[in-house]
Amino acid sequence: LHYAPIATISYWLPSKTNASRESLKMEPLADCSLLPGEERIIDKDIIYICPFSGALKGKVFITNYRLYFKSADADPAVTLDVPLGAIGRVEKMGGASSRGENSYGLDITCKDMRNLRFALKQEGHSRRDIFDILFKYAFPLSHGLLLFAYLSQEKFEENGWSVYKPMEEFRRQGLPNDKWRVTFINANYELCDTYPTILVVPFKATEEDLRKVCTFRSRGRIPVLSWIHRENQAVICRCSQPLVGMSGKRNKDDERYLDLIREANGTAKLTIYDARPSVNAVANKATGGGYEGDDAYQNAELVFLDIHNIHVMRESLKKLKDIVYPNVEESHWLSSLESTHWLEHIKLVISGAIQVADKISGGNSVVVHCSDGWDRTAQLTSLAMLMLDSHYRTLRGFQVLLEKEWIGFGHKFANRIGHGDKNHADQDRSPIFVQFIDCVWQMTKQFPTAFEFNERLLVTILDHLFSCRFGTFLFNCERARDTNELRSKTVSLWSLVNSDLSFYQNPFYTPESNRVLYPVASMRHLELWVTYYIRWNPRIRQQQQSPVEQRYIELLALRDEYLKKLEELQLSDSSPNSSHLSNSSTPNAASPTQHITHLHTPF
Amino acid sequence: MFDGRVLLKQVILLFWPLISTWVQGAEKIDSCQLQVLEMLSSLGSAGGKSAKPSFVSYVTPEEIKSEKEPSRKEKHPDLLPGEVVFCSASTVLKYTQDDLSQRGVFGVLLCTNFRVSFVSDEEPTEEMVRTLFKNKLYGENDIPLSCVDNIYGDKRKLITGGLVKNKYPSKMIIHCKDLRVFQFSLSFSKEEDAKKIFQGIVHHCLEPKSLRCLFAFSYCENTSPNRKCVGGLFTKLLRKKQTVMFDSVEDWTQDMKRTKGNCRVVSENSNFELSPKLPQYFIVPKNVSDEDLTKYQGKGLPMWCWSHHSGCALFKTASIPLVQEDNVCCRMLTAVAHNHLYSVKTEDLSDTLPTVQDILLSYNKFKQFFLIDNTTEFWMSDMKWFSSLDNCGWLDIIRQCLQKAVEVVESLEKENTNVLIMEEGGSDLCCVVSSLVQLMLDPYYRTLLGFQSLVQKEWVAGGHAFLDRSNHLHLKDKVESQSPVFLLFLECVWQLQQQHGPAFQFSETYLTVLSDSVHVPVFTTFLFNNDGHRDSLLRAESPHTQRSPLNCPTVWDWSVQFDCKAQDLFTNPLYTEKPKQDTSVRKSYRPRHLRQLSLPSSAFKTPPKKGFFKDEADNLKKILGVKRLSRWMLSPSSDSPQTSSSVREFYEAWQTKPLDYHGLLLPCLDGPSIRVWMQRYLRWIHDVQILGGGPVAMLSKVSEILGEVQELQRQLDRHGCTLTSNHKGARPRAKTAAAVIAARSSVRLSSSFPFVTSRNWAFKPAIPTSLLQSLMVTGMPGNLADREDDGGPESLV
Repeated sequence: LHYAPIATISYWLPSKTNASRESLKMEPLADCSLLPGEERIIDKDIIYICPFSGALKGKVFITNYRLYFKSADADPAVTLDVPLGAIGRVEKMGGASSRGENSYGLDITCKDMRNLRFALKQEGHSRRDIFDILFKYAFPLSHGLLLFAYLSQEKFEENGWSVYKPMEEFRRQGLPNDKWRVTFINANYELCDTYPTILVVPFKATEEDLRKVCTFRSRGRIPVLSWIHRENQAVICRCSQPLVGMSGKRNKDDERYLDLIREANGTAKLTIYDARPSVNAVANKATGGGYEGDDAYQNAELVFLDIHNIHVMRESLKKLKDIVYPNVEESHWLSSLESTHWLEHIKLVISGAIQVADKISGGNSVVVHCSDGWDRTAQLTSLAMLMLDSHYRTLRGFQVLLEKEWIGFGHKFANRIGHGDKNHADQDRSPIFVQFIDCVWQMTKQFPTAFEFNERLLVTILDHLFSCRFGTFLFNCERARDTNELRSKTVSLWSLVNSDLSFYQNPFYTPESNRVLYPVASMRHLELWVTYYIRWNPRIRQQQQSPVEQRYIELLALRDEYLKKLEELQLSDSSPNSSHLSNSSTPNAASPTQHITHLHTPF
Repeated sequence: MFDGRVLLKQVILLFWPLISTWVQGAEKIDSCQLQVLEMLSSLGSAGGKSAKPSFVSYVTPEEIKSEKEPSRKEKHPDLLPGEVVFCSASTVLKYTQDDLSQRGVFGVLLCTNFRVSFVSDEEPTEEMVRTLFKNKLYGENDIPLSCVDNIYGDKRKLITGGLVKNKYPSKMIIHCKDLRVFQFSLSFSKEEDAKKIFQGIVHHCLEPKSLRCLFAFSYCENTSPNRKCVGGLFTKLLRKKQTVMFDSVEDWTQDMKRTKGNCRVVSENSNFELSPKLPQYFIVPKNVSDEDLTKYQGKGLPMWCWSHHSGCALFKTASIPLVQEDNVCCRMLTAVAHNHLYSVKTEDLSDTLPTVQDILLSYNKFKQFFLIDNTTEFWMSDMKWFSSLDNCGWLDIIRQCLQKAVEVVESLEKENTNVLIMEEGGSDLCCVVSSLVQLMLDPYYRTLLGFQSLVQKEWVAGGHAFLDRSNHLHLKDKVESQSPVFLLFLECVWQLQQQHGPAFQFSETYLTVLSDSVHVPVFTTFLFNNDGHRDSLLRAESPHTQRSPLNCPTVWDWSVQFDCKAQDLFTNPLYTEKPKQDTSVRKSYRPRHLRQLSLPSSAFKTPPKKGFFKDEADNLKKILGVKRLSRWMLSPSSDSPQTSSSVREFYEAWQTKPLDYHGLLLPCLDGPSIRVWMQRYLRWIHDVQILGGGPVAMLSKVSEILGEVQELQRQLDRHGCTLTSNHKGARPRAKTAAAVIAARSSVRLSSSFPFVTSRNWAFKPAIPTSLLQSLMVTGMPGNLADREDDGGPESLV
C-alpha cells in the first residue's frame, strides 16, 4: 500500500489512497512507506473512534514523524495520517475501571482543527507504552530529542533555502537609492536580536542614530524599510512600539528618525498605523510601552487599527473549532459563526492592510507597529505588500514575502506554534500566521485570477507550519536559526513546493504588473475557509480541482490539441496524402501538464 | 479650434455671483459647492462633448431656464409602443448612491403607464452608450411601475397610497423589487410639477388598479409578435427547439412519454368546464374515474408531475377541506398507489414547510439588508451581518425547501415509492418542491429549454397565482396573499447551481434576470393566477374578440428584453452536454439506473429509521379526521431528528459516489453551504463591488477559451475532420458569448458584472467606516483582551 504524504493528495482525498509522485521516492516498508529518515517506533491494534463513521478497529503505526492509522474492516478503508508535529496535546481518557464500550484510551488534540480519540483494551495497561511513545515523540524538545526536520534525509531537485536573498529582493525594489541605504549594523544581531542581519534605513540616519533609536523601541526593533513604491517612493516601515511609559517619555532621536522617513519622499505627513485598539495602546504605557504622541511627533498622524491581541485570536479560533469539529453546528450556523468573531478579526486585519496600501498608493509613507512588531505588524505589512506588489502574488514571490516579513523579521513561530513542546496551555500560542494565510485566501477568493498560486499551496503551508518536516517555520528568529544551523541541517518547505510547481499553480492566473488589489473588507464577501477549517468532515466535498478549474484545463488541452491537428492538416494539405487525417484520436482532455503551454491562436 | 469648454467657463464665471448666493441659500451647502467645483474642474479636463450638458445639470434652474426650454421636449425616454406619459417634472435631482456627499445629477422625472423614469440632463457618455447588458424595455434609471416596492418621503416616512393631499416631500426614496434604490430631490422643481409627479408616482405605483391597466395590454395591442433576432447563440438554442408551454394535450403527452409515465391525460377541462382553477390540460393516475374529476373543483385530484424511471411517480394535489366526509381521499390515494407497486407516501407541505405569510415576512426582513440608502448605514449593518441574516430566517426557509425536496427524491430514487405532496391550494410550496425534485432527478430540466418548460409545467400551467402573489394591482384584499414564492424557488435553484455549477446550462445571470422579469408587467407568464384566468382575460381584451385572443409575449421570448449578445450571458460556459447523447431519451436513463444508490455496507449504520413520511394509514386518518395541530415552527430543530438523519445518510451515500453532472444531484444542506445569492442582492451596492475580481473573472476566461475552441472546431470542420469531442455541435455559436466578454475585458469587470458597468469607479478602496465601535470582545477568560501580546512571565526580557 502506498499512502500519500500529507502535503499532497491526502488533503484532497482524505480517505482515498493513491500512489503519489512523492511516495515513489520513499522506500517501501511493510504497510506504509516512510520518508527518508523516518523510523518506525511502534505498531498497535487499536480502535479509532471516528466522529463520522463510528468506532473502527485497525492498526496504528507511530514513527518519529507521524501517526498513521488504517482501519481493518471498513470499506473503503479509513486512514489517518497525522504528522506528530500537528499534535498539541495527548491525554489519557478513562481509567482501568471505567465502564462503557471504548471508554479507555487516548484523546489527542491537534493543532490543525481536529481531535482524535483512540480506544484500547482495558486489561494490562495496554495504553501505557503507546501513550509514552506518543508523548515523547510528539513533543521531542520537551524530551531532549531533535525535531524531525533535523532527522529527515529528504532530497529535492530544488534547494528552497535559496529562494530568498535579502539583497536581491531589495535590489528588485530599486534599493539602495539616494534616500535609503543598506546597513549591516545588525550583522551579528547586536542591534536587535530578533531582526535579520540586513536592514534598510533612511540614508541620512547614521549608525549612531540607529543605536540611539534602538533604546527607545521595544526590544530594539527600530523602524526599518519593508517595501518601497517604485514610482512615488512611499515606503512601508515596520517597528515595535515606542517606550513612552507612564511618564510619557520622549526621545529626540526617535522623533528625528521618523521625520527622516517622512522626508525621504517629501510628503507632509507620515502616517503611523498602530495595529492595536487605542485602549490597549494606552494600557501598554503601564508596562513601559505606548504610542507616538501628537506633540512629540508633529509631522505624523497616528491611526489605530483596532486589531486585537494574540490571546483574543487564540480564543476566537478555539470557538471556531467548537462549532465546526467534529460536526458543523446545525442550528443557527451563521449566528454561531458570528459569535466566534473569527471573520470579524479577519475583516479588521484586511481593512487595516487596505488602509496601509491606500496610503502608500497616495504617495504617503507609513510606519506600522503593534506592541513588539512581530504579529499584527507582520500581518499588516505583508498583506499591504501583497495588495501593492504583484511580484508577491507569484509562486516564488509569495515565498519571498513569507521569508522576508514573517521569518526574517522574527515572527515567533516557535512560541506561537509550540513546535515539539508539550506545554499545550502556553499563553504564547496563537494562530496569527494561520489568520494571515486565511486573509490571503480571502484575497485569492475575491481575485481568482490575480495570484499565481492556488489554494493547495496555502493548505500545504499550513500543514507544514505544524508538521516539523521542514525547517522553514522553525525557531523564533534568524539568530536562533543561525545558532541551530537550520539552513544546513534541515530542508526548506520551498524545496518541496518548487520541485513540483505545477501542482501549486493557479491556471487562471493573469499577470497584471501594476495593479493594486483592494479586496472588499465587508462581511458580505468574507467567508469561512471551509476547505481548510472543515476539511476533515467527509460531508464537505473535497475536490481535487474546482469544477471551473477542471473545465478550464480541459478546454486549454482541447485547444492545444485542435491547434496541433489544424497545423497537421494545413501541412498535409500541401502534401498529396491527407486522407488518413480525418480519423482523429480521442482528446486527452485532463492532462495536467498541458495547461502551461501558451495561448495565442494563430488566426 | 474654438472649444465649447472655454465658453462655458466664461458663462460660469459670469454667473458665479448668482451661483454662489444660491449655494449659500441652499440646504446642502457643502454638496452643492462640491458639485460646482467639481464641474469647474471637470471642465478643465473632460472632453468637449459632455461639457455643455454637465453645466446644465449642475446649475440651479433659474439660470438655465431659457437655455433649457427648447430641449425639454426631447427629455423623454424612448417610449415603448403603447406607452403614454402621465406627468413629469424637470430639474429633479437624482442622488448618486455611492457616498454621503449628497451629490447627484439633475434631470426630468416622468411617470408613464409603464414606468417611473429619470432622464438625466447629461448627455450619455460614450461608455454608457456602450453598455452591453441593456434591457430593451427599461434602462438603468427606469423603474417599471410593478417593480416599485416602497416609496419613502422625508425622514424615511413610508408613503402609502391615498394619504397624500396637496403635499409632497422634498426627498423621495424609491425601493425597487429588484433591489435598486433611487433617491430624488424634488425641492429644485416647480412646486406644481413636483406635486404632480409625486402624486402621480404614488398613485400609479401604490394605488389599487384593475388588471386591464397593466402595461401589458396596451403594449400588446401596439406591437406585433414574433420579432426575430438573428445570430445569437441563445436565440439559436431557443429557436431550434421551443420551450414546451404545456398548453396542449400533446405537450403533456410528450412529457409523460419522455419520462415513461403511465397515467391519463385529461382534456375535459380544455374549456374550463370542470373548473376554471384547474389547468386546461393535466394528467392524473389511470384509476381516477370521470366522476372524481368533477368533484370539489379539482381539489384532492392527484396531478401528475413527473415519473421516475423505476415507474413510481410524483403527484401533487390541493388538499380537500376537512369538512368533506367522503372517501374520495381514500380513492385518490389508492389511484396513486396503483400507479406503481401499490406504495405511496403522502406529505402535507402545510404541516412541515413555512406558510406563504412566513415566507413573505422573512423575505421582507431579508431584503432590507440590501436596500441601502447610504454607505454609513451599509457598514453599520456589516457588523451584525451574519446574525441578522440568521435571524430573518430566509436562508433557513431555502434550506427547508431543499431538504423537503431531497426527502421526496429519496423516496422516489431509493425506495421507488409514489409520492403525493399536498397543500391547501396545491400551487405554492407544491410547485417549489415538485420543481426542485425534478431538477435534482432529471438533467433535462437543467438545460435552458428544460428549465423554462419546467416553469411552464409546474408554475404557469400548474396554476401558481402569480398575480395574487405579486399583487401587482395593489388590491387591498390581496395584501394577505402577497408572497415571493417563485423567488424562493429561484433562490433554491441558485443554491443548487452554485453547488453544482457545471450541471446547469443556464447561468446565474439568467436566474437573476428571470427574477427581475417577474416585476416587468409585459409578460403573460407572470400576470395571471391560472390558465383559466389568463384565457378569459386575453380573450376579453383582444381587439378582435371573435378571433384570436390577445397575443402577449411570454418571458421566454428573451429578445423582447435583451439583444442577442446580451442573451449570450444567459448560458453557462461550464456546462457540457452529456457525451454521446442519444436520440432516445430513455437510454440516457439507463446508466443512472445501474449506479442507483445503495448504502455502503458497514460503515454507515444508523438506527433503523422510520422515515419522514408517516405510513399510509396514519395519513389517511389525518387527512380524514385529525385537525392540523402544528404549523411550521421557526426553529429548524423542530424537524424530527429521524428526518434529518435519514436525509443526511442519503446525501452521504450519494456523495461517496463520483459526481455525475448528468445524473442525480443533491444539495449539501450544511450551514456553510447555503449562501446568499450575491449577484442578485449585492449588485447595486457600490461598496461591495470587487473591481477586477469576483467569480466572473474566472468565468470570462473559461468563455474566452471556449470561444477559441469552438472557432478551431469550425476550422477543423472545414477541413473535413471528424471530431470525437462532445463540444462539437453542442453550442455552435458560443464564440459570440466569449467574444463579448473578451471585448469587455479591456474594460475591467467587477463582481456585479453584467449589471453594473465600470462607470464612475473611484479607484479608492472602500474602507469600513464603522470600525471603531466594532468589536466588543466579551467573555474572555482573565481579561485576555487587555493583556499584552507576550504578557507571560517569561516574556519580560
